[in-house]
Amino acid sequence: MSLKRDWTSGELRLIGISIIIAVACLTSVNFFTDRVQRATEQQATELLAADLVLISSQKINPDVIKQATDAKLIFSLNESFRSVVLKDDKLELTEVKAVDSNYPIRGHLKISDSLFGKERIINSIPESGTVWVDSRLLQVLQIELGDFINLGASKLIVSKVLTYEPDRGGDLFNIAPRLLMNRNDLDATGLILPGSRIQYRLLLGGNAEAITQYREEIEKNQGDNKNLSIQSIKDARPELKSAIERAEQFLGLAALVSIALAGLAIAMSAQRYATRHYDNCAIMRCLGLQQKQITKIYLYQLLILGLLCSLIGCAFGYIAQEGLNRLLIGMTQTSLPAPSLFPLLSGILAGLITVMAFALPQLIRLRTVSPLRVLRRDITPLPLNNYVIYIIAVLALIFLSPWQSGSIKMTMNTLLGLCITACVLAMTAKLMLRLLKRLQPKLKMSARYGLANVTRRSNQSTVQIIGIGIGITVMILLTLIRTDLLENWKSRLPDNAPNYFLVNIQPNQVNDIRTLLANSLNENIPLYPMIRGRLIKINDEAVNIDNYSNPRAKRLASREFNLSYAEIMQEDNKLTSGSWWTEDSKQSNSNNNYFSVEEGIAETLGINIGDELTYSIAGQEVHGNVTNFRWVEWDSFNVNFFVVSNPEALIPYPSTFISSFYLPDSDRQILIDLVKQFPSITIIDLDAILNQIRTIMQQVIRAVEFVFGFTLLTGLIVLFAALQSTHDERTNEAALMSALGASRKQIISGLVAEFLFLGLITGILSAVAASIIELVLAEFVFKIDIAINPLIWIIAPVACCLIIVITGLSGTRKVLRTPPMIVLRKI
Amino acid sequence: MSQNIIVQAAALGKQVISPEGQLTILKDINLSIKQGESLAVIGVSGSGKSTLLGLLAGLDTATSGKVTLDGTDLSQLDEDGRARIRAQSIGFVFQSFHLLPSLTALENTSLPLELADIDHAEQLAQQKLEEVGLAERIHHYPNQLSGGEQQRVAIARAFSGDPKILFADEPTGNLDQKTAKHIIDLLFKMNKENGATLVVVTHDNEIADRCDRKVIIAGGQLTEA
Repeated sequence: MSLKRDWTSGELRLIGISIIIAVACLTSVNFFTDRVQRATEQQATELLAADLVLISSQKINPDVIKQATDAKLIFSLNESFRSVVLKDDKLELTEVKAVDSNYPIRGHLKISDSLFGKERIINSIPESGTVWVDSRLLQVLQIELGDFINLGASKLIVSKVLTYEPDRGGDLFNIAPRLLMNRNDLDATGLILPGSRIQYRLLLGGNAEAITQYREEIEKNQGDNKNLSIQSIKDARPELKSAIERAEQFLGLAALVSIALAGLAIAMSAQRYATRHYDNCAIMRCLGLQQKQITKIYLYQLLILGLLCSLIGCAFGYIAQEGLNRLLIGMTQTSLPAPSLFPLLSGILAGLITVMAFALPQLIRLRTVSPLRVLRRDITPLPLNNYVIYIIAVLALIFLSPWQSGSIKMTMNTLLGLCITACVLAMTAKLMLRLLKRLQPKLKMSARYGLANVTRRSNQSTVQIIGIGIGITVMILLTLIRTDLLENWKSRLPDNAPNYFLVNIQPNQVNDIRTLLANSLNENIPLYPMIRGRLIKINDEAVNIDNYSNPRAKRLASREFNLSYAEIMQEDNKLTSGSWWTEDSKQSNSNNNYFSVEEGIAETLGINIGDELTYSIAGQEVHGNVTNFRWVEWDSFNVNFFVVSNPEALIPYPSTFISSFYLPDSDRQILIDLVKQFPSITIIDLDAILNQIRTIMQQVIRAVEFVFGFTLLTGLIVLFAALQSTHDERTNEAALMSALGASRKQIISGLVAEFLFLGLITGILSAVAASIIELVLAEFVFKIDIAINPLIWIIAPVACCLIIVITGLSGTRKVLRTPPMIVLRKI
Repeated sequence: MSQNIIVQAAALGKQVISPEGQLTILKDINLSIKQGESLAVIGVSGSGKSTLLGLLAGLDTATSGKVTLDGTDLSQLDEDGRARIRAQSIGFVFQSFHLLPSLTALENTSLPLELADIDHAEQLAQQKLEEVGLAERIHHYPNQLSGGEQQRVAIARAFSGDPKILFADEPTGNLDQKTAKHIIDLLFKMNKENGATLVVVTHDNEIADRCDRKVIIAGGQLTEA
């Protein structure tokens, strides 16, 4: 009907632009999250040495391999097992891994040609008859490159020092030294016998779609291969997992907030659109149109608008994701699959839902316009019940958000946060407006006129303050969180993050090693005791894998833990509930054993404060009560433990010590000294893993920044929509002022005063709201340390005033150039 | 120019672009209004009465010809220059009152005084509101006043700066007959007391008859009645 006319006259333009931006944001974030996730996973697949790994305790079923060949996947088979390696009269238990020439499918092996020598990438595997071993085996067996060792029935030459294998992963500190051999030599060792404990691994690589399809097939038939387990990035390093999870949370949050903001902009524009259509509707009603016909007209109009704008938004989203593709070049090793149609369809659907949920309730009011308005223009339709509008909006957001944030809890918290922010902003804004009104008579003409506009239109001003305030709050918030997240990630993995671990330190070596490290590194490096123990009882109930359905819980219940003891809590841990033991608390309790449990594991295993845990340590049972839960910064690369006790509880049991420290490349000699002086300790080099994680972090940071840009854009649209909502009145008043003799300067000063008051109130309120929400999010969602920057108290109001004044004035610029008669005729 | 001519239009024309092409609203209008005179501009709807008023008051610019107002050629001024003339010499009363909704009756009335930077604006405005019989309602906002009251505020505002010329565009168009009569009485009374020139655009013959002179606009051209 009047769609084209309304669009050209600018009435529907803002609604349309809001839909376009919301949909573009949604689709590109969908594409983006999808692609980043895949790219990150692919990058992370290097930590698996493949895109997908199947693990079995029995020989991999040939059908499974055939399926892989049929799916045109690259595959590599390897066997891992523990065996004793002999050199003269010395023997050492080693982790043997026999690999074929396709290994590794992702990532590279790294070797050096001498102990702690220069590391280099190698694109081959040990030749038949040779093995590569890690530095520890060389240290323990006191062998040199070129020496023979005995493995089972075979005699093999040690040809290289293995410094890095991509899929080493797992528990870094409890593994025997590695020996990498050619799979062709395996049979000759005679170690593969029925009943041998061997882990068979099938490494797979290929394009993402083929891998996903293959995985689905395997999962479907997993009943036939019960001993087969599938490993993907989710089982890779927890350091990486938490960073990716946080980035995804941020992306989800940003996208959800973008939609909410776009919705707000649409609602505000629709309200203005509706107000402007009262007369049209009154006339149509007079001419005999029924209420339902009016509803139909606006419904169709919105549907067409929603559909068209959603399509345009999708097109923008598609273009944006192409940009992203370029952004991610270099991040992935194989090409990403072409984008599917699903994000486009979901974009269109989301566009329609957004416009229907936010604009329709406003336009439905038009059906209630009384035909009497033709005679009496002051008759306006009944206002919609605000609760209805809010409920529709919240329902729409809940419906739309699972695509975005991936977690209903996160969605609800975000929406609750937005609602609370809106209510608090509304109440405080009303209060501030009331206080400012008292100031009015004392001001000069322009300022008084400006303030009068803000205070007189109290309801509209409040809506504007809420709209702009939420927009600005979100912008400040995302800026702060983004900065916090980035800083936090950087600080978690600073250049001097620990890159070496020392393990297997005997208690009698602790003092000497501490002194050696202190002398060499000029700092006191902490050494932590480590005791192996299996959790056997929680209170009186035996810990049994069958009691848990969660795979992680099953894994945790079936293996030994590394326990430690400490008088005081590690600095980078945070107490989340309960209290740490003190001398007083110990004395007040006759049972002197206490446990501090990491909150994640406590939740997984269903442990509560006060529970009695029983560990089996070296054949003896140790009981103790859980007194507190801790949050542990796993991505810090510092030594950390799931369970820590008070010293008295675990000192009597056999322990080794562990430490981590940063050592620059130039100081590697210290490692040689350490090995020579303490041959039994093991040094683990983490440089390669650290670098890999840093690369992934960089990509995630880019993703965060990109999406952040979109959210800023929707924030600005809200601001524009909010100012537009009173644009007509402002235009008319400017024309009237001009007719009464006001100069352009006087009109502008009045407007500037109005925008400044609006900006000031909004800025102050936004800064307060953003600071509070930031604290809440940092504490409960992102779990990062933050410090509120006092500068936002200055920057927010100033920025708010500037943005509002500039946007507001640019909207009224035209009216200042138009002869007042033309404007006055329209009123 | 003769000393007592306060508004003069010479060969004034106004054309606008419409979807059908160029449309001439006013053509070759020549008009002189003497100081203190009251003039009614009458004509059918769409004849261009309000357009002429807008051009004479400097609210719009002509396509051809010129308007001289109180000795100043308006075509030589920019929008700010014309606004200055309006602030100094002109008062307006509109059909739909055009009060600023965010300001009280007193603030609306004192606005032109403040815009012209006149001292004691508030006292002067209050005095005018008392003259129009709204002493009790000076702190009311426009939406708290009836149509007649709003037009009285508009009249108080129009006279607040002691203008030399008062332009009234259908001042009773939105009012009932009884209120309209009160308003017209008030307008002429105040005009007389202030010694201002009055230009009224109207359909109402009764109002036109009370004026010293009447002009008719038809087909974009002006004739003396």
